[in-house]
Amino acid sequence: MDENLKRDIIIDNYQNPMNKELIDDSSYLKVNQASESCIDNLDFMMKIEDNIVKDIRFDGEACAISTSASSIMIRSLIGKDIDYVKKLLTNYKNMIEEKDYDKELLGELLVYDTISKQPNRIKCALVPLEAINKMLEELDEKKI
Amino acid sequence: MNREDFPMISDKLIYFDNGATTLKSNSVINSMIDYYSKFTSNIHRGDYDAALMTNELYDSARDTVREFVNAKDSEVIFTSGTTMSINYLVTSFMKNHLKKGDVVLLNKAEHASNVLPWFRLKEEIGIEIEYIPLTEEFEIDLDSLEKMINNKVKVISIAHVSNVIGDVRDIKSISKLCKSNNIYLCVDGAQSIPHMSVDFDGLGIDFLSFSAHKMIGPTGVGCLVVRRELSKDMKPIFLGGGMNLDFYNDGSYELHSDETRFEAGTPPIGEVIGLREAILYLEKIGMDKIHKYEVELKKYLVSKLEKNNKIIMYNKTSHSGILSFNVDGVFAQDVSIYLNKHNICVRAGNHCAKLLDEEIGVSNTVRVSLYFYNTKEEIDKLVEVLDNDNILREVI
Ligand SMILES: Cc1ncc(COP(=O)(O)O)c(C=O)c1O
Repeated sequence: MDENLKRDIIIDNYQNPMNKELIDDSSYLKVNQASESCIDNLDFMMKIEDNIVKDIRFDGEACAISTSASSIMIRSLIGKDIDYVKKLLTNYKNMIEEKDYDKELLGELLVYDTISKQPNRIKCALVPLEAINKMLEELDEKKI
Repeated sequence: MNREDFPMISDKLIYFDNGATTLKSNSVINSMIDYYSKFTSNIHRGDYDAALMTNELYDSARDTVREFVNAKDSEVIFTSGTTMSINYLVTSFMKNHLKKGDVVLLNKAEHASNVLPWFRLKEEIGIEIEYIPLTEEFEIDLDSLEKMINNKVKVISIAHVSNVIGDVRDIKSISKLCKSNNIYLCVDGAQSIPHMSVDFDGLGIDFLSFSAHKMIGPTGVGCLVVRRELSKDMKPIFLGGGMNLDFYNDGSYELHSDETRFEAGTPPIGEVIGLREAILYLEKIGMDKIHKYEVELKKYLVSKLEKNNKIIMYNKTSHSGILSFNVDGVFAQDVSIYLNKHNICVRAGNHCAKLLDEEIGVSNTVRVSLYFYNTKEEIDKLVEVLDNDNILREVI
């Protein structure tokens, strides 16, 4: 992807993020994702029904990378089933960590395919991934 | 001024993060290299030349501190820094002198190290914590403070200069209130001692804490200065070698009568020697001169940034070298990452004052904190780099 196009997508998602507003609804899973090494502090909430992600929302103070990554990831995951979500998250993580990954699967998230060149940004790009993983773990625990 | 004395200073690096820690002078570095390479030895126990030399420097460091802060009838205890000093005074003194229901006055601009130890004391013995209101400029509201005083209030614990707003608190007036109402006054000097002259006796302080690393000294050492009348009732937290006179089979023991009773074990000797050298260096320049210069630099910075309508400043008027701001539309950390690309070191965050965001309405700011070795030319460079509509684009 062209570097300028990547920047446009990131800035657009930072300035007009998808679902950057929490709602008061106890049927959602919730998690706070605060980083110890940087100052990002985001709250996430996710609604899953019949194995399908119905909604993900977030809010808080965070940098351009973690905010835009949250926005893009939310857009990529809503409406998908959990197996797909897990597969996408694994591939996203692999991309960020410079391992093999499936390009087809990641779509717009490919804007972060060179983020590993900026070590101080890797954690930011992983913020939404970790938040969603935590909520999925919570879901698994509930099922047991 | 004195830029040639600091090996990290160069044309390629602009260091504006002095509130976090300062650069070290050659004199400080060399004093420690000398200790580690020429006369390494422990204190208080050896009879050989190196040990005598070490003893003399370590002991004289205490006097150097005492004179520097003008604390004549007080004890100067070496700690690991401000954080340990405040924790120490809370645990070894306050815990034994306060009781359930006693009130400690803090304010929402305090650093975590002057908040959390009191939170814990509240958990442990049930003290109450109340917050002195801040003015619109986020400075201490003295009138409100006066109205808060009653016979339940037993402690005021306050930073002399706050590390986000940089306002210099009127310790003299606060200490008058304390004296006439039997209130202990604890002052966090982390951001004042390095930048201005502080008169412990003249200001009427009971407990004073500060860190060497914020005043061109080494990490790992700081001081707790306590009025002797109070320190005699302070219970040493750590026990061991170097602080006891004798101990016996029946379990009884006697402790040193001087400050070393609070310094069990081998202290950071090289670092104390470095702290001593740092104070000698600062005294040579003169603390009043340092403060005046920093205030002038900040005024210059504010006047320049005022021309940039994207910059939101939170503490334009405070009388120190600290400026907190944001760039409209860009997250504080993105600004600091951007500035790093131009080799300018600043800090983004809440600066450990996490209660302050309720007051300012933003959690995170970019902080420039100046020191005497910074220059107007460096400020010009910062101002130039911030005058850019594409910061966000350039930082991702
Ligand atoms: C006002 C204030 N108090 C306390 C501290 C803590 O100092 P240290 O980390 O050296 O213990 C700092 C340092 O950031 C500070 O600015």
